[in-house]
Order: sequence, then structure tokens, then C-alpha cells
Amino acid sequence: MPGKLKAKIVAGRHLPVMDRASDLTDAFVEVKFGNTTFKTDVYPKSLNPQWNSEWFKFEVDDEDLQDEPLQITVLDHDTYSANDAIGKVYIDIDPLLCSEAASVISGWFPIYDTIHGIRGEINVLIKVELFNDLNRFRQSSCGVKFFCTTSIPRCYRAAMVHGFVEELVVNEDPEYQWIDRIRTPRASNEARQRLISLMSGELQRKIGLKVLEMGGNAVVGYLQCFDLEGESGLVVRAIGTACTLDKLTSGTPASNACNSPSKDGKESPLAHGCRSTHNSPVHSTCSSQRLSQNFSVSVPTLIFTGMGSGGSAGKEAGPLKTLLRQQTQTALEQREFPFFTLTSFPPGFLVHVGGVVSARSVKLLDRIHNPDEPETRDAWWEEIRQEIKSHAKALGCHAVVGYSESTSICEEVCILSASGTAAILNPRYIWGTLLARFEEQSPPSCGFCHIPYDELNMPFPAQLTYCYHCRRQKVPDVLFTTIDMPPEAAVTGKGCLIQARLCRLKKKAQGEVNATAISNLLPFMEYELHTQLMNKLKLRSMNALFGLHIQISVGENMLLGLASATGVYLTALPAPGGIQIAGKTPGDLNNEHHILTIQKRINDTIAKNKELYQINPPELTEELVGSPIPEPRQRSRLLRSHSESSDELSELDLSHGKKDAFVLEIDDTDAVEDIHSLLTDNSPPTGFYSCNTELMPGIYNWTSGVQMFTSVRVFRLIHANLTNQGLNKIFTDLCENLLKSFYFKLRSMIPCCLCHLNFTVAVPEEELIQVAVTAVAMTFDKDHSQEKSADKPTTKGCNETEEQLQFPLELCADSSSSNNQPSSKISGTASVDYGSFADRCSTWLELLRLKAHTIRRGSVKTSRRTQSLAHSGDHTHKYRTQFHNSVTVVKMTPLSFLPGTRIIKYLGIINMFFIRETTSLREEGGVSGFLHSFIAEVFAMVRAHVAALGGNAVVSYSMKECVLMENPNKNQAQCLINVSGDAVICVKETDQEPMPSTTNTGQTCSSGADGAT
Amino acid sequence: MAVELDVFVGNTTIMDEEVYQLWLDGYTVNDAVKVRMEGGVLEECEASADVLLSDTMDQYRTFHMCERLLHSPTKLANQLLFQIPPHRQAILIERYYAFDDAFVREVLGKKLSKGTKKDLDDISAKTSVTLKSCRRQFDNFKRVFKVVEELKGPLVENIRQHFLLSDKLARDYAAIVFFANNRFETGKRKLQYLTFQDFAFCAGQLINNWTVGAVDNLVDDMDVDLDKEFLQELKELKILITDKDLLDQHKSLVCTALRGKTKAFNEMEANFKNLSRGLVNIAAKLTNTKDVRDFFIDLVEKFIEPCRSDRWTAADMRLYLTHYTNSAHILDTFKHQVVWDRYMGVIKSCIFKMYHD
Repeated sequence: MPGKLKAKIVAGRHLPVMDRASDLTDAFVEVKFGNTTFKTDVYPKSLNPQWNSEWFKFEVDDEDLQDEPLQITVLDHDTYSANDAIGKVYIDIDPLLCSEAASVISGWFPIYDTIHGIRGEINVLIKVELFNDLNRFRQSSCGVKFFCTTSIPRCYRAAMVHGFVEELVVNEDPEYQWIDRIRTPRASNEARQRLISLMSGELQRKIGLKVLEMGGNAVVGYLQCFDLEGESGLVVRAIGTACTLDKLTSGTPASNACNSPSKDGKESPLAHGCRSTHNSPVHSTCSSQRLSQNFSVSVPTLIFTGMGSGGSAGKEAGPLKTLLRQQTQTALEQREFPFFTLTSFPPGFLVHVGGVVSARSVKLLDRIHNPDEPETRDAWWEEIRQEIKSHAKALGCHAVVGYSESTSICEEVCILSASGTAAILNPRYIWGTLLARFEEQSPPSCGFCHIPYDELNMPFPAQLTYCYHCRRQKVPDVLFTTIDMPPEAAVTGKGCLIQARLCRLKKKAQGEVNATAISNLLPFMEYELHTQLMNKLKLRSMNALFGLHIQISVGENMLLGLASATGVYLTALPAPGGIQIAGKTPGDLNNEHHILTIQKRINDTIAKNKELYQINPPELTEELVGSPIPEPRQRSRLLRSHSESSDELSELDLSHGKKDAFVLEIDDTDAVEDIHSLLTDNSPPTGFYSCNTELMPGIYNWTSGVQMFTSVRVFRLIHANLTNQGLNKIFTDLCENLLKSFYFKLRSMIPCCLCHLNFTVAVPEEELIQVAVTAVAMTFDKDHSQEKSADKPTTKGCNETEEQLQFPLELCADSSSSNNQPSSKISGTASVDYGSFADRCSTWLELLRLKAHTIRRGSVKTSRRTQSLAHSGDHTHKYRTQFHNSVTVVKMTPLSFLPGTRIIKYLGIINMFFIRETTSLREEGGVSGFLHSFIAEVFAMVRAHVAALGGNAVVSYSMKECVLMENPNKNQAQCLINVSGDAVICVKETDQEPMPSTTNTGQTCSSGADGAT
Repeated sequence: MAVELDVFVGNTTIMDEEVYQLWLDGYTVNDAVKVRMEGGVLEECEASADVLLSDTMDQYRTFHMCERLLHSPTKLANQLLFQIPPHRQAILIERYYAFDDAFVREVLGKKLSKGTKKDLDDISAKTSVTLKSCRRQFDNFKRVFKVVEELKGPLVENIRQHFLLSDKLARDYAAIVFFANNRFETGKRKLQYLTFQDFAFCAGQLINNWTVGAVDNLVDDMDVDLDKEFLQELKELKILITDKDLLDQHKSLVCTALRGKTKAFNEMEANFKNLSRGLVNIAAKLTNTKDVRDFFIDLVEKFIEPCRSDRWTAADMRLYLTHYTNSAHILDTFKHQVVWDRYMGVIKSCIFKMYHD
């Protein structure tokens, strides 16, 4: 019963003319929360009404406060007929429920209508008074902070990382209810928007409860998605990483805060390495592929493909069953998933990286019979997660980091996908033993590359060498991961975006036949995508991929696969071998000549790329390393000869059956096509770099120029009989052309890097391919970009570690006086206990069990945090007045920071869902015009909400969904967009001290709150 | 295969000034692409024609969406749809309201009505400004006219505040509004040699000296309408030409002052009475709206042309008019010094401006 929500409607401006006769509008406003509605007076004959209403007060449960949005509807009064709705504003009041976020929402909001888009603006003032709730069994989780950011947010310190939280809620989609037949599309779209807003609120509340149960106070890396399952309903699901975060106060040593990811205490550069595995489906097929066997070695992913059919009926396909059986035991031992949605970590968190693990499953959708018990969907995800867990185990890892889940739906078929990076984490960290110093020395910057699995019992064939950096541990020849590159990692040269693109035709089919067909295709697609990735990686002379994201999208008659990652040359890993071309019929002279030409082109490209990305690994190393393992020498010899005289190579290498260079066999036209496509990838024009991770490896001195953008392209395939090859070409061109367009448009920002390039593909209709991209272009200072040294990381890491480690101690000492941080004390003390345990706990499982105990103990203490809500915030007020000009400039970025600034406050999560429809498509400039204005409107609404919270930027922004449906014949179109991000206040970096080149991001959140005032 | 949809939206609205100008100039997308290709953007950025087309389309759409806001520039500053840095906003507005001298010369002094709008295709053909651009410029004139028509206070200031224009452009618009309101004839063949800037200068003079606002700045339309009382008083100046003594006296004073100072002295002396009659008659007739409209043509016919045929130099003109004006003060029977100054001050500067080839 604990809350009073107060809203005041101040004024409107730029309203549309609703009365043609007078060219004016008689506007009034309805304010609705839950089932209570208030109205303002009618403000007659004005396009800029000044209602200046009283405070409308809603007394509500905090459960409702979390679930419900505040609905504001602006109407035109009409004496004789029904009042016309001008538009609506939905305001998520969740940020007001958290002591550290915003205290008031106040500002101009665009009035939005699903048909007309933005129609003027309304000025609203909202406050919440929360009463303390002593009820331990409450259903609400007010005060749990949510972050989209996939690292520990700057200006917080992670006292403890609890682990994976997930939840999903389902409902019927209003669009498919019977009532839809009699009501207007506008009404059902509004119903949908309202419903989804409600469902996300509910979902967030439920996740919050789980977090409280675990003893945490925040969710980091919160990823919420919608599955529009059509007639079978609407699923809203979310995953995240529960943490206990402490706010860094002004006194804190700030120095490290914000490096890219992390901030927490200690980061010893532990490592992650990754390696890959691949499981049976691929394995069985790969021998028949053109690639020589070595290649399979490097397929870096554990692939699982299962097919389930019949939704709730839950008939599992054979392979899945067996897998499940195998896993039962583990599942019994441990119920929780050791998954982390974070992609970058506090120093010391990550010890080793095993490789990418992924699992996909094809399901047939079925009506959700009981929305309150979404068991089927839960079970589906459960299966997949189990799969992922077992893959990680096979890689000798106990955790999965950089974890994400996604779906692709076409009619009644749904592909569920999950992927992540198997890793070994530092167990103490998880326990929150911040007090315990590391006894061992921080591993050098290469630690994460070292293999986590047993050399003699490798989960997949891989080629190991001694680490080129420390020479003590083994490393794989190639490393694939889904996470960001750890800041301490030593790289040679610069990185670049690497994409593998693939189309596969499939027959149209229904039901199970269709699902089977799809699930049969999946392994081949994964395999091909990996082959492409690997080839492209070699072609660029790189040896590791970060931020790998593979999307497989299903349409009626084709499957699309798009893998994006950022390639780099990790100094610790061996130099990649070249690519060899081999003809199938060595006798044929013509053919041989042809092969030589191709070989030459490949070699030239490799040489060119080396120069382009400044990859000049120190030559000396090879000699030094040489002795322990014979292979590396061989390899290096091969390599050398390779670059010197390419002509002899193919012969030579073949005879060696070489272990490291790839052999591409040209045995049919397909292969030729593939090689061509390999070579047709354009490198970015001079002055541009691109990557899909937070930061570009090799660039460290960002300047403040930032341009976030979203671009969408839809391609119609006209030729009736397209082959796979033809489709691939089209798809590749589509992606390449998009990139070219970006380079062109952003040419004024040179030198500049496109960061976090996030491609999303879809097959909205039979002959359409849709690609949506969100990214940010950031300028950097060319002069200094070169000077990054390979050795800095280690020392830097250590320093930070020490500073950070001391911090918790201080906190504990005076926690009684520091009213802001009761929770930190808790975690602090708790961690001491665990620290001592931790030594004895040898396994992850034991640790987990221990942790479960803590959770129970911890939960009592969470109530203290609630008390501190009272101190909420005049802080924000001050900021607000500062930033409140006519229109606040709100920067947006998909990254977790803005260069040249530091974040001093997180104001809450932005999670918005909009639908736009039109019945006058042509008049609005066709689909392009329609979507263009819609995207601009979405940006505007996001900015307005952030500004109203007192913020001036959105970080970790992403567009999760962009579903466009058109019917040009009827002159109609409809589009759904879902976006999210973290609203923040950031201030100009005042620190004059240039960040050490290592900490790539250059932001500190150090001195916390006082920076702005 | 075909691109069905292609959009690019930046959080900060991306606008290329070159493309904006092409859009303002009324180029179609395809023509704009051609122009850009010839301009060499492609080579400089390793792009292809497709890229250019896509970029041009995006920008055209953006401009099209912005256009509504540009119609009331103050909205541009507090709208939420596009995030445009203030200096860019200023450029957008300034360029949008900029006009072609060739075009404005054609409509200057015409009624900004539907009728005129229908003639725009002729004007477009004549000036080789695209029809689209003509429409934009015409609509701008009309919009500014409508808004300031109902406002109190100084014209230039009102325009500047409501349309956020630079001082220079605001003055030009004030001239356009002033001409449109008073319907000054500017299209006659004899006036063709005058540029818009000549007229704009004259308009500034008239606004500053002859309107109601020149004496009282709290009246409606103060800068748009000429001061009726003043026009009435101008009739009194007739005495300078109707009174024979006064006319002779005036002439001798002027001639005394000019003698020996110019080669055109003889012509000046010979033409004095004609010229003086011309100027004073113009003053006396200004109470008729019809004659107000012919103000410039009269100036040219009655004064400038005769002088030009006598080969006066600009310096001659300056000399003559200065003495002509000043000498009237010495005429003891001439009582209308104030009105005379107010009248001649403007006439002098207008003629100086208009006396060229």
C-alpha cells in the first residue's frame, strides 16, 4: 500500500488543429493510472493550452507502481460528438521508485498517436511518495536498479555479482483477439502498446524480486525481448545479471572507474580465452566439405541444434532427449545457471576463456493456454540453457559470459537461440570477497587466452602453442568470443569488423515438416558461417574474434545467417596461417594457372590488410618461443615461405598436409564463388574503422564527436529462381552497401570509427530481406592513435586493483555514517565470510551452494536500503535546472559511455515500445518516408523521456525490434519498434590528465555526484 | 531485385549543406544526384552512385519533414523531433528564407495573392529559377507578410524575431513586405535596370522616414503604411513651384552655389525648373495611392532620366541635390522646412542609390 503518485499537467504546445472551422483546438487531458482516471478542464481555443492543473493523486500499491505506466491522453473536446483523441503519452515511473535515480519527472513529452505520429507536446510534472514497506513478503521490488549496460555501470562498484536472472510473461496479443475484427487497427495498436508496457513493468518487477531474493540490488546487462508469436500470443522475456552495486561517492578514488567495462574492484587481467568446439552435427558433415580437416579444428562454436515440435505437447526430437538425459545429473546438482549477460568485466573477474558456446532449437508455436503459467516457453529456454551449460562444461569451463538469447519467428515456427562464451571466473570474486587480496600475481595480459581445458583431453581438435606473451601456458591458435576485448589485452595493430553472411533456400512447408527442414539446415549454416568467419579472419591476418554475434533468421522460403564480430590480432596468440588454394584436378594446366592467380590475389589481400590494420607482430618472438613445441616452428616457416613465394606454396603445403594454413579446395563453381565473395569484402575507406564491440582495439584517444544512427534497408528479390549462391551475393552486397553508405554519410567525421555496429536481419515476407543497423560513429584523434603500447596493460591493471581493494574496507569502517550505502556494508561483511570459505571450496558447484545460503541471509538486509530512499534526491533537482534549456540536447549511444564525459548518475532504464500505422502510405513518402519519420519520432520520444528525468544522454541504447509490415496496394503500412537504454547524466570530463592509453575509454566516474553541481 | 526501403536516421540530424541547397533550388532527387556526381564527392569518398542516391533521398526526406517547422522557425528551436545544433538551425532557416534576386525582382511590389502565384511558371521560365523554388520563395514572402501584418512594433525587428533571420535578411524581407503592401510599381521597363538591392535600400529609407513608425512607434502597421499626415503636408511643398518668386529665388541660390563646381552646370541651370517641378509634383501627389505606386517610376522619369541624358555624373547628382535641398532653407518665405527635410532626405538617398546604369 505504499505509494502516492502525483501528476500535474502543466501545459501543451504545438497541438494540431482539431477544429477546421476555427483552426484551433479545445484540448483537455485525461490522466490514468491503474483504474483511476482524472481529467483537466477544457482549455478552449488554443494550440498552446495552459492547463496548470491541480496535483492529481493516485494512491497505489508499489506493485502497481512498478507494473503500470502513467497514461496521459490529450483530447479535443467536442460538444456534439465524441471527443477526439489527439494522442497519448505513456510514462514509465519506475525511475522514481529508486532512491538513486530520478526524483521528479518533469518536462515536455511528445504527444504520440499511432496514426499521426507526434502531434505536439505536453508538459507534465510527476512525483512519487513511497512509504516504507516492512512487509517482507511483498510482491514489489521497488528500488532494484536496472541497467541495459553490459558492464558494471560507471560510478558504481560491484560488491558482488550474484548471477543469472530470467523471467518471462505471456499474454494474448490484442491484435489477434476476436475483438480486433470490430475495432479499428488504431484501437488494437493502442491496446498492444498499453499491454506491452504493462507486461514489461510486470516482468521487471518479477526479475527485481528474484534479485532481492538473491540479495542483490541491481540487474546489469538487462536484456528484454518481445516475441510476437502471432495467434499464439505475445511473450515478453528478459535476462540479466544480478549484482550488488555500491555507488562510488565523491571521495572515492576515481581513477579507474570507467574503463570500459568495469569497475569493480579488482581486475587482474585474467583472462578469457576462447576456443571452440563443435559437436556432432557439424562434425559429421564436415568431412564432406571442401575444407580440409584442419579447418574443422577451428570451428569455434559448440553447436547444438534440437528440434521440438508441437509446442506445449513438448515432443522432443531424439537428439535433444539424449542430451537432456545427460544433463539431468548436473541439473540436479545445481539449479542455477552460471550465466552472465555482461560482456566486459571488472579486472580479475575473468580467468580463462574457453570459446563460444551456442545452442539453437526449432519449436512449433502453439497457443498459450494459460498465460499465468507460461510453462512451455520456460521449459524451452530451460532446455537451451542446459545445453549451453553442458557445452561450457565440455570446454572445461564453469561459467558462460557474454550470454544472450534471441528468437526468430516465421508463422508458427520459432528458432530459439542462445549463445555465450564459456569461461572460468575467479570464484572469490563472485563471492564478493573484496577484502581478500590476491595472493598470486595478476596474470599478465595474456592470461585470458590460456586454455581452460585439459591439453590431453581436448573437447575438440585444436592446435596449441605456448603463449607468445608469457611462454608458460598453452594458447589456442584462434580465439572466438562473444564478449568485449578485455582492456588489458595486448593487441597488435587495429581491429576490424568481420561479417559472415549466408542465405539458404528452403522449401515452403508447414508444421513439423517445416520445423524439421529448418533444423536440418541449421548445422550447415552454422558451419558455413564459421568457415567464412575463419577465412575472413585469416585474410586479415588476425587471430581472435570478439563480440561474435550470430543471427539466424527464418523466412518462409529461406534462412538468413549473419555473423558479426570484431577481429583483432592478439599478441599472445600465434600468427595466423595463410590460406592455400588447391585444385581438385592437379593435371589440368589451365586450372592450375587459375589457381595460382587466385592464390596470388589472396596473398596480396593478406599483405594489404596487414598494412591496413598495422599488423606487424614482432618477428623475434618466434625464435624465442621455438624450442618447446615443434609445430610453431614449422608454422612460422610455412608462414614465411608463404609470404615470400606464394607460387610454390600450394604444392608444398599440401604435401605437408599442413596443420595450420587452410586449404580451400576448388572443386566446383560454388567454391570459386565462395573465394570470390571472400575477396570482394571492401575494407573501409581511409580514415574509417569499424567494429561491433564497445571499442575499437587499437584506438585509444577518442574525441567527443558522437553520432548515433539507425539505418534500415529492405530488399525485394525479384528473380524467381534464385540459387543459394545468387542469394548470398545479394545479401552480401546488401550488407556491404549499407556499410559503404555509412562511410559516405559520416565522411565529415573522419578520422572516425563506427563502433558497436549491430546488424539485425529479418525476412519479413517471402521475397524481402530486411537489415537494420544501429551503431555510433565516434571521432578520434589521429595523431595519437598509433601509440598504444603492448606492455602497459599489466601494470595498469594492478594499480587499479589496489586502489579498488581498499575502498570496501573504508566503507565498512564508517558505514554507520554513510547513509547512502547500507548495502555495501552488508556485502562487505558477508564477503569476509565467504572469503574464508572460498579457499576450501574447490568447485564451482560448492560455491554456488554456498551462495544460495547467503542469499537467504542477505535478504533481510535489503529492507535497509529502502529506508535510504527517503534521502532521495534534491540532487537531481540541481542537475535539472542546470540542464534545462529550451530543449535539452540528449546524446545517444549504443556504448556504455560517451567519450570525453563521465557519467555521474544513472537515472533509470528506458524501455519503450511503439507502434505506428498509416493508411496513406504514398502521401507519407512511401515506406521509406513512413519509417524515416517513425524512427525520428522514436528518437525524439526517447530523448524527451530522458530529458524529463533530468538526464542528458542515453547509453547502451539499442533497437531490439523493428517489425515493418506493408501493404502498398492498400496504401497501408504498420511498424513496431522497441528500444531500450540507460538514461544518465554525464558531465564533461574535467580531468585534464589524459587517460593512460590503455584504458581505452577514457572516462572516469570517479568523483561521482559532485561533479555537476 | 530492388531496394524497397532505405532509411538512415541520425540522433543528431545529418544535413549536407550542398544537398540542402540543391533541394532549395528545386532539383529533383535524380538531378541532384547528377550535380553531386559532377561535383566529385564520389571520388573523394570511394562511393558509388547508389550510395549517393540513397544519401540524397535520405536528406530530401529529412528536409521535407523539416519544412513544416521552417514555416515557423521559432518552432524549430523547441521542437523535439529533430535534434539539430543551434548553428545548424540558423543555417537552415537563413537558407530557407534566402531568395534569388532575379525572382524577387519579378514579384517585388506585386500583390502576394493567388493570382500572382499562378503566374509563377512564367516567372520561373523567365528567370530560370525552378518552379519549386519560386513557389517556396513566394510562399515565404507571403508567410512573412501575413505574420507581420498583424504585429505592432518595428517591422525589421518583428521579422527578425518571428523568423529568426539575420539582420540583413530581415531588412530585405521588410522591404519586400513594404513593397507588397504599398504595391510599388517596379516592373516597368524603365525600372528594369534597378536591382532588388536598390529597391531594398529605398524601402529602408521610406520605412525609417516616411512611415507612421518613424514618428510614433506604438501603432499597428506603423512601418508598413506611409504616414498619412505627412503625405498631406507634402502638398504644402507645392509652393516651391507654384510661387514664381520662390522658384526663381531657389534657382538662383542653387546656381550660385554650383557655379564652377561642375561641368554639367549649364544643363543644371537650364533644367532646374523642370527638375524641381518634377520632384515637388511627386511629393504633392503622394496622397493618391495610385501615385504612391508610381513613386519609383516617377522618380526615374521626372528626374533620373533627364539627368542621365545630360550626362550628369554621380558626383554631379550629389552636389546638385545637396544644394537643392539646403538652399530651400534660406528661402525666407518657405515655411515648411521640417516637411521638406523629411521629404528630401529620403529622395536624396533614393536617387543616389538609383542613379546608376
